[in-house]
Amino acid sequence: MANLPHPPADFLGLRTALSDRLLPLLVGAMAFLAALGIAGAEASASLAAHWQQDAAAALTIQVPDPQAQDAGNDATRLAAVLGALKTVPAAMNVAQLSPAAVNQLLSPWLGTDPADLGLPLPAVITAHWAGAGGVGALRAALQKLSPGTLVDTGALWTGRVAALTTSLQACAAAVLIIVALIGAAVVSVATHAGLAQRRETIVIVHELGAFDGDIASLIARRILRLTVTGALTGTALALPVLAWLARLAAPFAAPSLSTALLGLPAPLWAALPALPVLAAFIGWGTAQLTVRGWLRTLP
Amino acid sequence: MVLFEDVWLTYRHAAHPGANTPEVLRGISFEIPEGGMRWLTGPSGAGKTSLLKLIYLSEHPARGHIEVLGTPVAKIARNQASLLRRRIGVVYQDFRLLPQLNAYDNIALPMRLAHRSETNIHADVLEIMKWVGLSHRSQALPFELSGGEQQRIAIARAVVSRPKLLIADEPTGNLDDDQAQRVMLLLTALNKLGTTVIVATHNTTLMQRHPAPALRIESGRLVQDG
Ligand SMILES: Nc1ncnc2c1ncn2[C@@H]1O[C@H](COP(=O)(O)OP(=O)(O)O)[C@@H](O)[C@H]1O
Ligand SMILES: [Mg+2]
Repeated sequence: MANLPHPPADFLGLRTALSDRLLPLLVGAMAFLAALGIAGAEASASLAAHWQQDAAAALTIQVPDPQAQDAGNDATRLAAVLGALKTVPAAMNVAQLSPAAVNQLLSPWLGTDPADLGLPLPAVITAHWAGAGGVGALRAALQKLSPGTLVDTGALWTGRVAALTTSLQACAAAVLIIVALIGAAVVSVATHAGLAQRRETIVIVHELGAFDGDIASLIARRILRLTVTGALTGTALALPVLAWLARLAAPFAAPSLSTALLGLPAPLWAALPALPVLAAFIGWGTAQLTVRGWLRTLP
Repeated sequence: MVLFEDVWLTYRHAAHPGANTPEVLRGISFEIPEGGMRWLTGPSGAGKTSLLKLIYLSEHPARGHIEVLGTPVAKIARNQASLLRRRIGVVYQDFRLLPQLNAYDNIALPMRLAHRSETNIHADVLEIMKWVGLSHRSQALPFELSGGEQQRIAIARAVVSRPKLLIADEPTGNLDDDQAQRVMLLLTALNKLGTTVIVATHNTTLMQRHPAPALRIESGRLVQDG
């Protein structure tokens, strides 16, 4: 048939009962917060990863009494240790700190040049540890070669940084969960308000034989549209802020805000689009549950 | 078709949540056969509307057994209840048209809720609007219609899906004699076409003009059947 009348798109009057102001605004604010939370977690994770690599790989070896000779050994203790390190492939960039450098390192602690105090200083060797496992075997070997030799890595730091990262990420996850719960609560309140405002209409439609599921779908679709709009806006508004923060962290890496935006880490680019999707699920699901629960109070 | 056995009804108390009102219907029993027509009469406040609400599944009885269109309603699933409601046409005492929909869309609403095709709906709505004499008012919103016109739109919405059971609650209450006469002719015509019809009224003149068995209730009790 040529010109059938169009069925009214909004016969429940949802456009006014669930207005496009407050809900998108609240959801947008929450998406904004969530975006910042995710960015914070991502930033701390990548920062920690850097630290951890550096700390884990830094090898410091102290040889006390470096110029002495141990019994049964024809080289000095220092030479013995250096010689042994050369045969370990995982110990790279082996270098001995000059006595002057050691003095410089220590003088802030001692208040004066250690040489003036006549203290016996250990020799300090630095290296980059590229081995897969720990340094336990190396430590034991060097101890045996020149007793009293100390082998340090940043393992202690690694542990602390790992703990810090974990707690920061737990905080970010908690923020996300709380934001999601508040989001669901906000949607539920808005849905209830809309139902109360359209109670008469919905009761009539119910008594005319509409399925609960059909009524719930109509309302959930409206809520879906509002929450997605809000979440998209909130996430989009967070982008310039994130770019600005990224630029604060590395001013020379990104000459402009837009390049800073492109330089945001990949996991962040994967997580941010998930926010509107998540908001859609929360909005739609909460609205469905709320409406179906409300309809159950009708006969 | 419609069967009541010792049906009692109380409402939830508006002022005291959790408490119930005194019984509004007390031990009602009757049966209306398929294709029958019944007046439902009694003084204002006797319980006519309440009894009709039980039939169109708008209230649950406190106790007793009810069957509508052969279906016991006590433990009916929600979607089954919706399907049953679609086979019952109701003309409410206060019309209950949707204010934001025009006459056409109000009449089409039950069929759209039942997911019928627009082509189908269009033909039926046009036919029923002609039948109630309001073809020229299809675009009017309820507030633009007179009481009598709203009444006829409400009747059109109730009968457009050819219900097996038609319930009309004081359908002539707001009408002058001519309009009331016209509405009654519509309802009796439907009854002749096989629809079971129940009409609540306290207009005795109208009842005399259209003789049919009457159920009479007073203070929630059935005092006459036939
Ligand atoms: N929703 C309700 N809540 C509480 N009491 C009600 C409700 N509806 C009706 N009543 C009471 O039930 C009695 C019967 O009302 P009703 O069925 O409307 O009578 P009628 O239609 O015969 O005038 C009246 O006393 C009325 O006050
Ligand atoms: Mg009444």
